[in-house]
Amino acid sequence: MATEPSPTTSAPSPPFDSTELAEIESEAASRIDAAADIEALEEAERLAVGKRSRFALLYQQLRSFDPAVRKGGGQQLQELRRRLDEALERRRAALSAEERASRLLEDRLDLTEVMSSPLQGHLHVVTQVREELEDVFVGMGYEVAEGPEIESDWYNFEALNIPPDHPARSSVDTFFVDSGQAETLLLRTHTSPVQIHLLERGRLPIYAVVPGRVYRRDTPDATHLPVFHQLEGLVVDRGVSFGDLAGTIETFVPAIFGASVRSRLRPGYFPFTEPSAEFEISCAICDGSGCRTCSGTGWIELGGCGMVHPAVFEQTGVDPEEWSGFAFGFGIDRLAIMRHGIADLRLLVENDVRFLEQF
Amino acid sequence: MRAPLSWLKAFTPLAAEARHPDSLQELSESLDSLGLVVAGIEHVGEGLDEVVLSQVLEISPIDGADRIRRVLVDTGDGRTTDVVCGAWNFEVGDVVPFIRAGGELPGGIRIEKRKMRGVTSNGMLCSPAELGLAGDRAGLMIVARPGAGQPPGLDLGLAMSEHLGIGHDAVFDLEVEANRPDCLSMSGIARDLAAHYGLPFEVPEQDVRFSPGSSPAGDLGSVRVETPELCLRLTARVMRGVAVVPSPAYVQRRLTLMGMRPINCVVDASNYVMLELGQPTHPYDIEQLGGRGLVARAAHRGESIVTLDGETRFLGTRPVRGSDELTSLDCLICNANDVPVGIGGVIGGQASEISDRTTSVLLEAALFLPVAVARTSRSVNLRTEASLRFERGVDPEGVERASLRVCQLVAEAAAAAGLPAPELAPGLLDDAPATFARARVIVRPERVNALLGTDIGAEQMAGLLGPIGYLVAPPAEGVATSSGDAGAFEAVVPSWRPDVSREVDVIEDIARMFGYRKIPPTERRSPYVGRLDEVQLLRRRLRRVLAGLGAHEAWTSSIVSPADQARAGLSEDLVRLSNPMVAEESVLRAGLMAGLMAALRHNSGHRRPWLRLFEVGDVFSLVPLLAGNGREELLLPDERERLALVLALEDDDASSAVHAWRVVQDALGIVGVAIEQGDPEESSRGALAGLHLARSARICMPSPEAGGADGGAGNGSPAGDGSPGGGASAESILVGTVGEVDLDVVAAFGLPHRRIGWLELNVNRLASAPRRPVVVAPVSRYPSSDVDLAFVVDESVPSYRVEETLRQAATALCESIELFDVYRGTGVPDGRRSLAFRLRFCALDHTLNDAEVASLRRRCIDAVEGALPATLRG
Repeated sequence: MATEPSPTTSAPSPPFDSTELAEIESEAASRIDAAADIEALEEAERLAVGKRSRFALLYQQLRSFDPAVRKGGGQQLQELRRRLDEALERRRAALSAEERASRLLEDRLDLTEVMSSPLQGHLHVVTQVREELEDVFVGMGYEVAEGPEIESDWYNFEALNIPPDHPARSSVDTFFVDSGQAETLLLRTHTSPVQIHLLERGRLPIYAVVPGRVYRRDTPDATHLPVFHQLEGLVVDRGVSFGDLAGTIETFVPAIFGASVRSRLRPGYFPFTEPSAEFEISCAICDGSGCRTCSGTGWIELGGCGMVHPAVFEQTGVDPEEWSGFAFGFGIDRLAIMRHGIADLRLLVENDVRFLEQF
Repeated sequence: MRAPLSWLKAFTPLAAEARHPDSLQELSESLDSLGLVVAGIEHVGEGLDEVVLSQVLEISPIDGADRIRRVLVDTGDGRTTDVVCGAWNFEVGDVVPFIRAGGELPGGIRIEKRKMRGVTSNGMLCSPAELGLAGDRAGLMIVARPGAGQPPGLDLGLAMSEHLGIGHDAVFDLEVEANRPDCLSMSGIARDLAAHYGLPFEVPEQDVRFSPGSSPAGDLGSVRVETPELCLRLTARVMRGVAVVPSPAYVQRRLTLMGMRPINCVVDASNYVMLELGQPTHPYDIEQLGGRGLVARAAHRGESIVTLDGETRFLGTRPVRGSDELTSLDCLICNANDVPVGIGGVIGGQASEISDRTTSVLLEAALFLPVAVARTSRSVNLRTEASLRFERGVDPEGVERASLRVCQLVAEAAAAAGLPAPELAPGLLDDAPATFARARVIVRPERVNALLGTDIGAEQMAGLLGPIGYLVAPPAEGVATSSGDAGAFEAVVPSWRPDVSREVDVIEDIARMFGYRKIPPTERRSPYVGRLDEVQLLRRRLRRVLAGLGAHEAWTSSIVSPADQARAGLSEDLVRLSNPMVAEESVLRAGLMAGLMAALRHNSGHRRPWLRLFEVGDVFSLVPLLAGNGREELLLPDERERLALVLALEDDDASSAVHAWRVVQDALGIVGVAIEQGDPEESSRGALAGLHLARSARICMPSPEAGGADGGAGNGSPAGDGSPGGGASAESILVGTVGEVDLDVVAAFGLPHRRIGWLELNVNRLASAPRRPVVVAPVSRYPSSDVDLAFVVDESVPSYRVEETLRQAATALCESIELFDVYRGTGVPDGRRSLAFRLRFCALDHTLNDAEVASLRRRCIDAVEGALPATLRG
């Protein structure tokens, strides 16, 4: 539908010369824009629209106009006034922003000038790895059990199916505690004595991990410390099988090492487990394709495991026909050095802050 | 244990080839899966294809050279070649190894055409060492010596690898577990592999002729076991007319591959059979033996013998557990005149060693008690190939066969050298006080599958066990098996498996031969909700609070020097080690101070003097020795967990430590545990060992009942720290100490003079400290009013007592009390100081008016002035 042009009333042409108006506007605008601060802007405003301004003079002229043209003239002046006010407001806002900016700038602080050193302390890397391991197993419904570092020969060896003169004893060099009785008290050589404490407690089934400090009479070098840490696991329940052991390792290995890390078992030997196994994990460095870390095999030996030996159950009064179980163990420190590329175990006990604060 | 592929193949036709890496990898995986871990694979014999047999035609001098000569050799390809050679041990006519220029030796050495003194050398004549074979480096390997002008008798140009019948070889380096002595022999490893691959397995037998013996062995010597506790069986064979010549090439080659040095055919045969079958034997020169016979007996105290390695070794001088006497447990082998000629199962004596002049040999093959050999080997500090095998257990049924095999190899060497066969005296000299019976084990297939999580049939089980030597049969009549064990069978354990004695051992073998990796993994869920216990949670919170204070966690050794402990004020009741590694580090730590001070010193030495360190760990003390665990009548030293924090800060000291304690207290919500600073004079030095007595204090909690329970779990003692009550008031329990390390102690640890803040907590007791109730206190919506009160207080009155008095007087309307200023100086008399507290009052249900606040203020002032030597500061 076509629109009718609206009928225009024949009005007289506006009384003010538009050139003059434009000149007033441009003169005022250039003054406003040139105003460097609020005072200058106020001066510019006075000159533009103040009582003595050309604008004010025009406004006075308006009164002398014929009413027919006065309306048109009033509209012209109002329009001019609106534009001048806008220009003033724009400039005022700009000046106010500039003034705030310079005020802030005076208050400037160089945040990189701060001199105090970092305040957060760091937990030892072995603690961090140990807690992470504990958390994984707590998540699997295991308790975290602990035991004393000074043990009797019975807990450390005999109850674990390692009678006196067993060849397994000569492979581990033991620190003995001077107790007046020869070789009856010792510093535990592994966390396995806690298996015996757990079995003696008599609360079955058992789902437990045992982190702790152990001792072996090894001369300290890059890969040995006489004092180090292990994590032991023990599960005793009805109908526990070797398949359960393999499945449990398959569960915790990716939880600890990352989803892509796999595990596998091969026969091993420990007097207190039968069948015994060593468990390996796929090398996280080369993803199993073979590198220096894994000696080109793609696999890294992590620890030992196996089904609890019936002799261990018998020693602690648990019926091996009713109950079966598995145990596993590995070194916490070894895990830490593997994970962080620590070249020498001795760094762990040197307590150099430059080392400690990296974790 | 080394295992050359070529030797394994002598027992079973393995498919693997030394030239094919993939096949070696596959074999390696199989060994792994059998529990024979491959630590490495060594490639040998590569390059021998380019070395050929050649015959020396002429030897002529070179002008101006006195160390090298020109040699013309026939290389069998219709050519003769000039070689410049520096060896002198050969003659015209000799057959020697030759490698042409451009070829490469086993070690990767490339042979170049060279011109020396005007003579061109087109290759090289080789020594045994250069070929990777046993023998010297200086002289050439003389393959044959037919004489000058004689035909070589061998195919000239034939590759040495073909001539020696070895070619490429791969030697596996295996880690054999302590329970598998059978795998300390080639036959044992090959048996497992054959079973794994389903291949036939056979120990090669040789048809060897001996010269007819005129006298039975019994006329030529004797054997007698005097101490059956140490020696289970002693046998011997006698050979006469023995020619001590080098062993055949294949024997030398295999010994070399195994890392042994070939010596002569008698010694080599003994070593070879040990490696082949696992039974160590020992040959004696019967003429040098002294008395023509062997006796196995316990060594007398202090008895000595010069062993094959030239060392004089003393026996029977070792203390034995549970006995004050030095008792011998070492087995000596003596001659018929009771003169020691060897240490049983470990090493032979030097005097009766086989030499070039030996013609008659007495060959000992025995069984020793494994633990006795282990003890002796440890006590004389000598581990030999023989002792290793006897310690782990040799096949009791393999003795006779092994000793016969040694004799056969000696005869074979004679035949190879073209010499008459030796004479083997008929009969075996044998004294066997112990008889051996194979273990018989009832195996229940149902049990096997339950324990493994498998579904293996009984027949399959028998099929897995048979090839590794088990005899499987239905259980004999009358053998008791419990009901429901239908299908149970009896497994007769092979004699070479001392590790197998019960059902579970057989189950392991079934699992091994089935393949561990084929057992399906199954899920085993815990019926419990896992969670940390109170002490474990506390330990974690403590660690994080201290780390939040900027402290790094240290880990110091629990095995320390008594001198360092003494420096930290701990010299009594230390737990000593009976066998420390170094004399200086011979005790277990009684406190954490020494370790942390050493850590500070280390860091100070690396220009990090200002730092905070803490450690959580067990400390040990002999007092009180506690009765054992019910099972044993044992006294166990006291062992408990401590946390310690050291603060080495610029311009800071004990107050930082107190600040740390306040943060810990707040973070753990501990209430009612307070710092109790006694008079230095009366302070128990035990509790504050190593601390500055005037700038340190005990942290105590009220005992639930006087003389109360120890906060520690388990093995806690009533008194706690060997210092009853720790000097604290009778009804309070020591939780820890706080303050500053004694400046003399700081100096004793070699640290520069500086104040070091100290906080130590007994972790178990802290776990039982009273906590803020979990029921929340309401928070007021009304405005609060502050009242500042400054008191001039006698120095003898601790600030916390003023605070406690204020707290009691201020009623429940008091929201907080804070000490905000301490002033000493003008306006305050000597011996006193001004303590200014800000108290904030607030009611839950209205705004306190001026009159109420004024009344509370008055109450507080009156309470302090009334109870303490303190006055309000005007």
